[in-house]
Amino acid sequence: MSIDMKDLYQDVIVDHNRTPRNFGKIDHADVSLEGYNPLCGDRLTLYIKFDNDTITDISFDGSGCAISVASASLMTEALKGKTTEQAEKVFNDFHHLITDEEPELDIEKFGKLAALAGVRDYPSRIKCASLCWHTLNGLLEGNRSSITTE
Amino acid sequence: MTAKSLMKQATQTVTYDIEKIRDDFPILKQQVNGKPLVYLDNGATAQKPQQVIEVLDQYYREYNSNIHRGVHTLSEKATGAYEAARLKIKNFINAESIQQVILTSGTTASINLVAQSYGRSTLKQGDEIIITEMEHHSNIVPWQMLCEQTGAKLKVVPINDKGELIMEEYESLLNDRTRLVAVVHISNALGTINPVEDIIKLAHNRGIPVLLDGAQAVPHCPVDVQALDCDFYCFSGHKLFGPTGTGVLYGKKALLESMPPWQGGGDMIRTVRFDETTYNDLPYKFEAGTPDIAGVIGTGAAIDYVSAIGMDNIAHYESELLAYATEIMSAIDGLTLVGTADNKAGILSFVMKDIHPHDIGTILDQHGVAIRTGHHCAMPVMERYEIPATARASLALYNTRDDIDHLVEAINNVRKVFA
Repeated sequence: MSIDMKDLYQDVIVDHNRTPRNFGKIDHADVSLEGYNPLCGDRLTLYIKFDNDTITDISFDGSGCAISVASASLMTEALKGKTTEQAEKVFNDFHHLITDEEPELDIEKFGKLAALAGVRDYPSRIKCASLCWHTLNGLLEGNRSSITTE
Repeated sequence: MTAKSLMKQATQTVTYDIEKIRDDFPILKQQVNGKPLVYLDNGATAQKPQQVIEVLDQYYREYNSNIHRGVHTLSEKATGAYEAARLKIKNFINAESIQQVILTSGTTASINLVAQSYGRSTLKQGDEIIITEMEHHSNIVPWQMLCEQTGAKLKVVPINDKGELIMEEYESLLNDRTRLVAVVHISNALGTINPVEDIIKLAHNRGIPVLLDGAQAVPHCPVDVQALDCDFYCFSGHKLFGPTGTGVLYGKKALLESMPPWQGGGDMIRTVRFDETTYNDLPYKFEAGTPDIAGVIGTGAAIDYVSAIGMDNIAHYESELLAYATEIMSAIDGLTLVGTADNKAGILSFVMKDIHPHDIGTILDQHGVAIRTGHHCAMPVMERYEIPATARASLALYNTRDDIDHLVEAINNVRKVFA
């Protein structure tokens, strides 16, 4: 594999695509929302269970490219146990991470999510990485009809 | 025209100077992501030869001017070049007259023109329009809009697993309520060359007109609208190595004459008074507003270019390249070709086990290989095969076996990334 491709398809991403974490529907989820990217046909549904303001369980199902599946998998890992306020902060930081040309962010604090930073060099793929995050944001904002990237 | 008859014609010709042809396309000489560009997205748009680029440059440098109205020298020169391009188009598709060559902004505009002019003025509640399951959205949605406006119904001819029309189903859909058949000549998503002669004959037996969407056909095989006996033929300049923003609607004269204008504006009128406006003659009746003058002149240059090589030669060359590509791509472990019609043009749509087409497209791009990924504006085709998208390599007259080898090498790299 070329060095360039290593930047996008890091081992973490390939691993989370092949074996997505928190994959499958949560029975009796408090909220769920579908995210759809009509450009490539990626379709993911996000499920969340809350205890007051805390995300006690979060999962997703559906299908998509490696970037969108890995992003959803990594997102669910990162958000389990977080409060909605914390989740919104992670959403905003992640948005900057993948869209800013030179993000003024501490990459270290992103943990495994930092693996997705390479996507900012591939403008046509940013929507893939952000699909699940926009779906999350929609849920946190109280949106209950499906979210699209277009 | 069938692939067999194309082959037969092509054997009568010999020379195909691929090195000279490639040399005519400046864009092909560049590197993309550090690798020589391998351009295999011709189904989306084709690259332009020097001969077309120079004509555009010359137009804007030397005689840019509006047409059909100026008495000054530049306007007369621009009008002359514009109408000369129309004549080239007429000869290229063997239309009976220049009155039947309507210049539009592209295939989509041509189809919409027929839907809104012919369709809207003739269709009624309960009438039927036949299309097929393999149509591009631009040969679906204008008819859906027309159905909403008139109460007509859309009937869809299904395809088989190879991506061929099921002709028995087509025959059974034809009935006394059918008012129009609109079919793609060559499928952009599957590469299928449809049996348009048979489709037209069956429709004409019942007096039903047929529109062909020739966007993917015209750059790759000879098209003779009189031999086909089609009622409407639509195509774009930009897939034919011309500039974007140009298209053609050919129509039978009696039909075009009976049709009301679609868009109102300059050029399509003869006289305007507040109590009565009279319309211009064909083809200007359907040409409202200042057209893409440079684009049309450039499309004329593109037609000169492909005509000098010979459409038979191009068809023969591409069919050999397709056979080569089909053979080596079929041998790739985990790769499945989508669209395996017996009669096929140079389009290789494929999927790979457990790897999404968008990941394929991004990795191929890093190897300098440009392909299209997605639904190719043919979502019903994706639904038919129960896939979200495909990766598509589409060939043109300047592609080589070397391009195919690079494609295959890059696909093998995709497999390594996800191994």
